Amino acid sequence: MIWNPNKECMSRDEMHALQSKRLQKLVTYVYHNVPFYRNKMQEMDIAPEDIRSIDDIVKLPFTTKQDLRDNYPYGLQAAPPSEIVRVHASSGTTGNPTIVGYTRKDLAVWSEVMARCLTAYGVTRDDTFSVSYGYGLFTGGLGAHYGVENLGATVIPTSTGNTEKHIRLIRDLNISGIACTPSYALYLAESLEKMGLDRDDISLRIGAFGAEPWTENMRREIEERLGLKAYNLYGLSEIMGPGVSYECSEQNGSHISEDHFYPEIINPETLEQLPYGEQGELVFTTLTKEGMPLLRYRTKDLCTLMTGECACGRTAVRMGRIVGRSDDMLIIRGINVFPSQVESVILEMQEFEPQYMLVVDRVNNLDTLQVQVEVRRDFFSDDIGRMLNMKKRLADRLKSVLSISADVRLMEPGSIERSQGKGKHVIDNRILK
Amino acid sequence: MTIKQLSVFLENKTGRINDLTRILGREGINMHAFSMAETPDFGILRLIVSDVERAVEVLRAENFAVMLTDVVCIKCDNEAGALSTILERLSEREIFIEYMYAFADGAQANVVIRPNNVDECVEILNECNCNIMRGF
Repeated sequence: MIWNPNKECMSRDEMHALQSKRLQKLVTYVYHNVPFYRNKMQEMDIAPEDIRSIDDIVKLPFTTKQDLRDNYPYGLQAAPPSEIVRVHASSGTTGNPTIVGYTRKDLAVWSEVMARCLTAYGVTRDDTFSVSYGYGLFTGGLGAHYGVENLGATVIPTSTGNTEKHIRLIRDLNISGIACTPSYALYLAESLEKMGLDRDDISLRIGAFGAEPWTENMRREIEERLGLKAYNLYGLSEIMGPGVSYECSEQNGSHISEDHFYPEIINPETLEQLPYGEQGELVFTTLTKEGMPLLRYRTKDLCTLMTGECACGRTAVRMGRIVGRSDDMLIIRGINVFPSQVESVILEMQEFEPQYMLVVDRVNNLDTLQVQVEVRRDFFSDDIGRMLNMKKRLADRLKSVLSISADVRLMEPGSIERSQGKGKHVIDNRILK
Repeated sequence: MTIKQLSVFLENKTGRINDLTRILGREGINMHAFSMAETPDFGILRLIVSDVERAVEVLRAENFAVMLTDVVCIKCDNEAGALSTILERLSEREIFIEYMYAFADGAQANVVIRPNNVDECVEILNECNCNIMRGF
């Protein structure tokens, strides 16, 4: 099934024309409403009139997460505050989170693209669908929620936590679809088994998984243990939230809603646009966004873009699996974590040496984060209580900055490996088989 | 009347205590007593050694986090109730013991005490004619 065949199956020429028209309108809009973009364009000596087709996008400036941070909170917002009806925020490094304001039309577009995803997975009005992404500032919960409502299926806003109750609802309400992180899906399978139940006791048939990297092996394992078909759901809050791209039944890459989010692949070093098929950094331009439109936003996600009509009938460009990051961001339990956030916390506490190591692992399908720090000689105490207190203060501070708990390990001075030049601060033991 | 105890911060890692004892052995420093306080990820090794200054020097040179702590060491009779009599005196004068460790051999027992107030503790022990060690 296809939610919006007019757009999802548009001919390439029509799509090119639509994108060109939308880009021209977008550039004029941000030029007149966002001083940040006007200044950048003036520095580069480009005027809105210079953008005549989508191919001219290479003339436009890039936007980075750092730009969002530097212009915190509303510096990149184009719409007047009275037009903003909702705000989401994602964890930022040190202090400034990323704030994204949505107009009523932005939310309508979001529900539209989410409905496209769900329809591609096979969800219909007859389904009962559980949204188990976190509800709140994170875009996952509410983003998927309104997509399910728009489609006309029944949404069960389970959010995260209380897995036993969730399983009870899955059984009692005949829940047939679920959206959550792939690691939560595995955790759910495990909880099910612990309760003495298995896939035959539930009737889940569709799973939409995203917000963290996962692999074909995890897909098979989730499908096997929960008895459902697992689909990839991609998105990022800066661009919209979940729903930017989605797999169809062919599962040969994720279709991008290109009429709203224009994708490019660039070389992260030279910033040059790369042809389709080459691997590089994924860049999005929000063609129709009003609240916080972004030109050429660098996602830092590495992947390839594929063209060609899919057997499902959709014509949109597809993106392959995310194979890595062009920065050092980690995704732990669906939350973005930068080593620099940990560094800033450690630097502000004089008890510790400016040396640290993040050890990330996956235990029982849940990500764990251990932060190893060296205690400064002068702050070592013979009093265990004082040492444990030092450890707790760091753990509390990390929790408030990272939004996830970390297991702090106090290490002897000099014991964390020093590296030449750029320090290596991460050991990621998660085996993405 | 107090003795300088060596406190060393150690990660919980196989062989770490051995690293330390090897260094002390190599330097000819003898250990008279020691005890280990542990948490899930680190421990504090408390030692009384024959040459404190030298021990601090060599351990610091080997990157150990070391500090000195004043403790009171006493000898008491190795018989039922002997230690209790002494501790009774300390508690009635509000001396709090942060930690202690001991061993008995033959007729005598050696007890290392880390009180919250070292000077007052020594004073009380002197008043009750306790055998306070000046060294090992």
